Amino acid sequence: MKRRNFLKSMGVATGASLLPFLKYIPVEAAGRKDTLVVVAANGINSLDLHRKGTNRPSYQVTVNIYDRLVRFGVKKLEDGSLAYDSTKIEPEVAESWSISKDGKTLTFKINPKAKFWDGTPVTAQDIKWSFDRAVSLGGFPAVQMKAGSMTKPEQFIAVDDKTFRIKLPKPSKLTLPDLAVPIPFIINSTVAKSKATAKDPWATEYLHKNPAGSGAFKIVRWDPGQQFVYERNEDWVLGPKPGVKRVIVREVPSASTRRALIERGDADLYMDIPAKDSQEIVSKTGGKVKVSGAPIDNCLHVLALNLKYKPFDNIKVRQAIAYAIPYGDILKAAAYGRGKPMFGGKDMKPTSVEWPQPFPYDTNLEKAKVLLAEAGMSDGFETTLSYNLGLAAWQEPTALLIQESLKKIGIKVKLDKIPGASWRTAALVKKRLPMHLENFGGWLNYPDYYFFWAYKYGHLFNSSNYKNPEIEKLVNDTLHMEVTDKQYEENVKRMIGIAFADVPRIPIYQPYLDSAMRAPVNGYASWFHRQLDVRSITKAGV
Amino acid sequence: MNTKLYKIGWRLLQAVPSILGVIIISFVLTRALPGDPAVYFAGAMADKESIEQVRQALGLDRSWIEQFFIYVGNLVQGDWGQSLKTGQPVTEELLKRLPASLELTIIGLGLAVLAAVPLGILAATNPGSWVDHICRLLVTAGVSLPTFFTGLFLIYIFYYLLGWSPSPLGRLDIFYLSPSHVTGFYIIDSVIAGDLEIFLGVLAQLVLPTITLGLFALAPIARMTRGAMLGALSSDYVRTARASGLSKSMVLLTYAFRNASLPVLTTLGMVFSFLLGANVLVEKVFSWPGIGSFAIEALIASDYAAVQGFVLSMALLFVTVNLTIDVILAITDPRVGLEE
Repeated sequence: MKRRNFLKSMGVATGASLLPFLKYIPVEAAGRKDTLVVVAANGINSLDLHRKGTNRPSYQVTVNIYDRLVRFGVKKLEDGSLAYDSTKIEPEVAESWSISKDGKTLTFKINPKAKFWDGTPVTAQDIKWSFDRAVSLGGFPAVQMKAGSMTKPEQFIAVDDKTFRIKLPKPSKLTLPDLAVPIPFIINSTVAKSKATAKDPWATEYLHKNPAGSGAFKIVRWDPGQQFVYERNEDWVLGPKPGVKRVIVREVPSASTRRALIERGDADLYMDIPAKDSQEIVSKTGGKVKVSGAPIDNCLHVLALNLKYKPFDNIKVRQAIAYAIPYGDILKAAAYGRGKPMFGGKDMKPTSVEWPQPFPYDTNLEKAKVLLAEAGMSDGFETTLSYNLGLAAWQEPTALLIQESLKKIGIKVKLDKIPGASWRTAALVKKRLPMHLENFGGWLNYPDYYFFWAYKYGHLFNSSNYKNPEIEKLVNDTLHMEVTDKQYEENVKRMIGIAFADVPRIPIYQPYLDSAMRAPVNGYASWFHRQLDVRSITKAGV
Repeated sequence: MNTKLYKIGWRLLQAVPSILGVIIISFVLTRALPGDPAVYFAGAMADKESIEQVRQALGLDRSWIEQFFIYVGNLVQGDWGQSLKTGQPVTEELLKRLPASLELTIIGLGLAVLAAVPLGILAATNPGSWVDHICRLLVTAGVSLPTFFTGLFLIYIFYYLLGWSPSPLGRLDIFYLSPSHVTGFYIIDSVIAGDLEIFLGVLAQLVLPTITLGLFALAPIARMTRGAMLGALSSDYVRTARASGLSKSMVLLTYAFRNASLPVLTTLGMVFSFLLGANVLVEKVFSWPGIGSFAIEALIASDYAAVQGFVLSMALLFVTVNLTIDVILAITDPRVGLEE
C-alpha cells in the first residue's frame, strides 16, 4: 500500500504537468478513411531539428509541419513509383526568386498568401531569424548549411517584409538545393522570441515540444516513445491540399510485429521495410499490400579500404580485392535484389557523369590472384573486416560473403563487429578500421558532393584516409561549379576515372529504400532524406 | 506496533549504503562503456568541431569527479537529469514508463501464480503421476522458450491467423484516448474515470503480453510450490493433522499450504524483480512503452542520465519489494522476526 500511495501522489503531480500534452481526439476520429496509420521502427525525440541531439526520424516532423523557401519537385520512375526530382526546384514560401549576374546574391519574393498557424503572415524577418538559428546552433544543421555556403547570420538580409536576400562569398550550384533540405525551415519568430530567455535566445526549450510554423500539417499530439499525430492545416495554400486529414505515426520496435500489422490492415503504411519482407509481402497478401521504393540518390554501399594500413596502400592490392568481391551473391543475399548493381562497368574511363555508376570490376578470382602476385603478395595476408552491428541486416551477410571470397585468393579475414553506438567514432572520427563496410549517401545529388565528403582527405566520410592532390584540386574547383559549365563534365569524369583506378572505396550496389502500404494508399514518394512526406499521400475510399 | 515500525525504519536505513553503491557503480560503468554520447548526439554529418560543441553542451568535457558531484547534487534536489535521447527529464520518463511495466509485470505475475500454485499443489499431492509429469512439461517449456518467441508465436496465432486479439500496438488502441492520469496504471485509471469502453480496451491489449510473461514466470513458482508442498506434506505436523482425523482439504490448505507459502513468497519477490528487467523483450514485441525498452535504448545511445536513473529506480524498487515481502513474512510467520 505504501508504494501505491507514493505513486498516486507523484502521479497526481506529474499528471498535472502532463495535461498540456494530452490534446483530445474524439474517439470517432473522423473514421478510418481520413486517417493514415503509419508504423515506424524508431521514434522521434524532438520536434525541433536544430536542437542538439535530435535524431534522424525527427527530420520527418520538420518536413511535414514546417515550410521552407523552396522544395524539390516529384517525378515518376520507370516502374511507376514516385520519387523526388533533384533537378526541379519549386516554390514554397518563396513564390519567385532571382540570382544576380555574379551569382553571389539570391533574392526571394515571399508569397503574400504564406501564413503561420496563428494567422500572421510569413515575413522576411521570420526567415532571417530561422536561418540565423540554423547556422548559430551548431551541430549537424550548421554543417549542412555550410554545404550551401551559408555560415554567418550576416549573409541573411530581410530587405523588406516580403523580400529576403542571401549573400554568398562565391557563386555555388549547391545553395539553391540546400534551401530545399529539411534544415532551413521557417519558424514563427514572433512566437519563438516571446518564449526565448537570456540563457536560451533561440527558444530551444520551447520549440522542442511546441512547434511554431506554417506547414501543411500540425502536430496535435506527441507521446514520446509511443506515437505522434499530425493533423492537416486547412489554411495551407503553398501546395496541393494534402489528401489525408490525420496521420498517426506509431512506434513499433519489432519488425515482425510491424509486418503483422500491415498484413492484417491495422496499419496503412510501413516505412523502410526490409528488402526480404518487401519481396514476400506483395505475393503473400495477394496485392492487398503494395511496395513502393526507389534507389537512394547519391548513396552507395561500399567496401572501404584504409590506406593507413599496409598492404592497402598498394593500388594493386586494392584492385585485386575489387576483383574478388562476390558482387552477384551479395546483391542476392544482402539486398534481396533491391539494389542497383555498381559493378560490371565496361570501361576503365567513365563515359558519362551519371552518379553513382557501375565501377569496371566484376568477380574474377583469376585476375585478382594475378594482381596480388604483381603486388608481391601471392601468399596472401591477414586482415580484419569491421562492420556496424546497427546495420547488420545488410552488412552481416555482405561481410560473410566477402570473407569467404577473399579466402579463395589467400586473404584471411577476421570479422570485427562494432556496436552502432561506437561505429562512428571508430570508422569516421578516428578512421582506424583497416577494412570496413560503409554506406554514406549525400543529400545534394551531385557526384562532386559525394567526392567532397568521401574522397577529400580528413573529411568525415573519407574513412579510407585517402589522399590524392589531384582529387583535392578537382573537388575544390568543381564543388560550386554549375553543371552547365564546360569544365564540369570534364572534371567529374576525371574524378570518377581516378576513383575507378584507385578504388579506396569499392562500390557494391546502390541501395533501395522501400515502403509497404495498403492498396488504397497513393501518392507515396521516395525522398533523399529517407523520411515520410505525408503531404502528397491520399487514401482512396476504404 | 511501534517496535515493528522502528524495525522497518531501521531496515530501510540499512538499504541506504547499497543504494549509494548502486549510484556510484552505475555512474562509473556507464562512462566506462565504449560509445561516446557526444558523437551519437552530434548526428549524421558532424565533424570534430561539432562533436566538441555537443560535448560541451552536454557537460561531458568536465572531469568524472566533477560530473559525479553535479549529478548527486541534482539527485538530492529531485532532479534526475535530462534524457539526451528523448529530451525529457528522466523522472518524467520513468514515471511514465514504470507504471506501464509494473502493470504488465504485476498482472503477468498474478496469472502465473494463479496457474502455478494449483499446478504445484497438484503435482505435490500426486507425485510421480501424469499430473506431475504434465506440470514438469509445462514448466520446462515455459522457461526454455524465450519470451520474444512465445510472444511472437502468440501474436501469430491469435492476432495474425485468428484475429481474436487486438493489434499489438501497445497499451491502448490508437483511437482511444488514454484515461486521465492518476496512477499511470491504465486499469485503475479507467475505473477511476468510470469509462467502461477504455477499461475493456486496456484489458484486451493486456491479454497476450501478460500471458507471455506469465508462461515465463510459471516455472520457478510452480517448482517452488511443488518442492515446498512436498516438504510440508512429509512433515510431522501434517502427519499429526492427518492422524487427528482432519479433512483432506483442511490438511492441505490450512496447514500444509500455509507453511509452504513462505518460500513461495520469497521466490515471488525475486521473480518479480527479475521479470521487471527481463520483460524488455516482451515490450519490444508488443510495442509496450515500458521501462525495459527505455533502458535498452538509453544504453545504446550512451544516455548516461537515463541509464543511471533506470538503475537507481530498479534498485529502489528491489529494496521496496523485498522489504514488503519480509514484512508480510513477519506478519504471517510468527517464527520470522524483522531482525537479522
